[in-house]
Amino acid sequence: MNMYLIGAFVFWLAAWALNVWLSNLKPTRLTKLLVPVIFGITLLVIWEWVVRGLEVKAVLLPPPSMIWERFISDLSQLGSVQMIFADGPISFGCENSRLCADFIQTFIKGALSGYFIGCGAAFVTAVAIDRSPFLQKGLLPVGNFVAALPIIGMAPILVMWFGFGWQSKAAVVVIMVFFPMLVNTVQGMQAQTAMQRDLMRTYAASYPQKLLKLRLPAAAPFIFNGLKISTTLALIGAIVAEFFGSPTVGMGFRISTEVGRLALDMVWAEIVVAAIAGSAFYGVVALLEKATTFWHPSQRGQD
Amino acid sequence: MIRLWHKFGPVVTVVVTIFVIWYVMAVVMNANWAYDKAKRADVDLGFSELVSDTWSQKKPRLPAPHQVAVELWNTTVLKNITSKRSLVFHSWITLSSTLLGFAMGTVLGILLAVGIVHNKAMNLSVMPWVIASQTIPILAIAPMIIVVLNAVGISGLVPKAVISMYLSFFPVVVGMVKGLRAPDAMQMDQMRTWNANKWTTFWALRWPSSVPYLFPSLKIGVAAALVGAIVAELPTGAVRGLGARLLAGSYYGQTIQIWSALLMAAALAASLVMIIGQIEKITLRKMGMGR
Repeated sequence: MNMYLIGAFVFWLAAWALNVWLSNLKPTRLTKLLVPVIFGITLLVIWEWVVRGLEVKAVLLPPPSMIWERFISDLSQLGSVQMIFADGPISFGCENSRLCADFIQTFIKGALSGYFIGCGAAFVTAVAIDRSPFLQKGLLPVGNFVAALPIIGMAPILVMWFGFGWQSKAAVVVIMVFFPMLVNTVQGMQAQTAMQRDLMRTYAASYPQKLLKLRLPAAAPFIFNGLKISTTLALIGAIVAEFFGSPTVGMGFRISTEVGRLALDMVWAEIVVAAIAGSAFYGVVALLEKATTFWHPSQRGQD
Repeated sequence: MIRLWHKFGPVVTVVVTIFVIWYVMAVVMNANWAYDKAKRADVDLGFSELVSDTWSQKKPRLPAPHQVAVELWNTTVLKNITSKRSLVFHSWITLSSTLLGFAMGTVLGILLAVGIVHNKAMNLSVMPWVIASQTIPILAIAPMIIVVLNAVGISGLVPKAVISMYLSFFPVVVGMVKGLRAPDAMQMDQMRTWNANKWTTFWALRWPSSVPYLFPSLKIGVAAALVGAIVAELPTGAVRGLGARLLAGSYYGQTIQIWSALLMAAALAASLVMIIGQIEKITLRKMGMGR
């Protein structure tokens, strides 16, 4: 047995004991935050020391410290993200930093633009078909059906239609987020009680008034649910679509080529970027939800 | 008749509309190629010729539905199942890793949920990470898992199943934790008055009341597992499976092949979800929870 393995084992036991002790205390905000953080740190430490202790080759599983080094060394070459106004409206210059260039190509250009177009289109469609029960009855089962399909398989077709650039990735994202968003919004638009509808009637509210004052606000939790589901889908769609063809930049492209070159530290660094981007994206939408639907019962009564 | 229309009319209308749009788009998108060909052959292209040409090209930008249907028929019914050109063969490859991964993911998810519900420390430490990991694009690590497992000598079915497992296990954990916690205080008190131990409480109360939560998670999980299996077939340039068909099709511009693989995957996903739906119906009815 070597020291690293014993260390990892002892650390695990200690952290476990600490967590058991903490979780048997009176639950406060601090313990609720501390316990998962300790758990996460434990995982990282065990990973680091087991990899070192068993001398696992870096081409199989690099230790977290090595991934972090690669992540930092790549970003440190960045200098600053320059905005170049010379050609076109705004283009970001990410010289020397591959992670930054990949992030902009995949997340900003591919995922974000597709997310906005897809969610926007789904929202407009949902409001449009709201007045027609016939269309609703027809589109909802089809939408539910399509939402369960492996839509990611459309990627090669869309790459063929829209070329290797970010446009095809945005197109994949549009299709991926459209149906979950549509189904959620349509469901939300029906989420008022008979009492609320009657109230609107006694006020003699017109359709736009009803839409703005009752139906959309009542639908907000559902809409945000769709938006939150779509954040993850958007990033997945943009990355996986790059496996089917991309310019020589992009997170999916980098992952697939660096795996081929067995440069796993770079792959993991890219995954770190994807994880941060994904959680931040989700977090922003969740915060937006808190800020705009604080009055809704589903948001009240928490913590 | 009218009742039938009320039930199926809207859906049928939407589906028919989709097919009509599909045919029209096939004409529009393939027109360029048809005009080019006509120009080179020095013939004037009338409307009916244009339509018939755009619906029967060999490598169209958008194949017409009947072309895909013919390809599907040719590669499923007319080919020997063991042949490499049979879509049934490829579907089976994908389906087997989907099912293996789905089974592993379900078992793992249920075990984890049981742990989370019964152990305070586990609840506080693991649950936030389970939720956080949903926001991470897990599929991005698929290529790495495949290559790394290959390097340690594990290849074939298992690496793909691992990715399917990864994708299908989160919905199961989340659904099961909710389900195992579904019994209300009154029911738990009842168990207490009977002096039931943890084990009995689990089998007699928690487990049965989690079943209605389990099935919807399983439906999401199996769809995710299929996506995982398909994506897992991409990075290694696999030669077998629906994902490989998609990739090969996109390399060689065989659009009809891509669409048939895609429809096959869709049919697979739909039937898996439907089978689970049927099992759900029967189980819930037998448990006295059916509607």
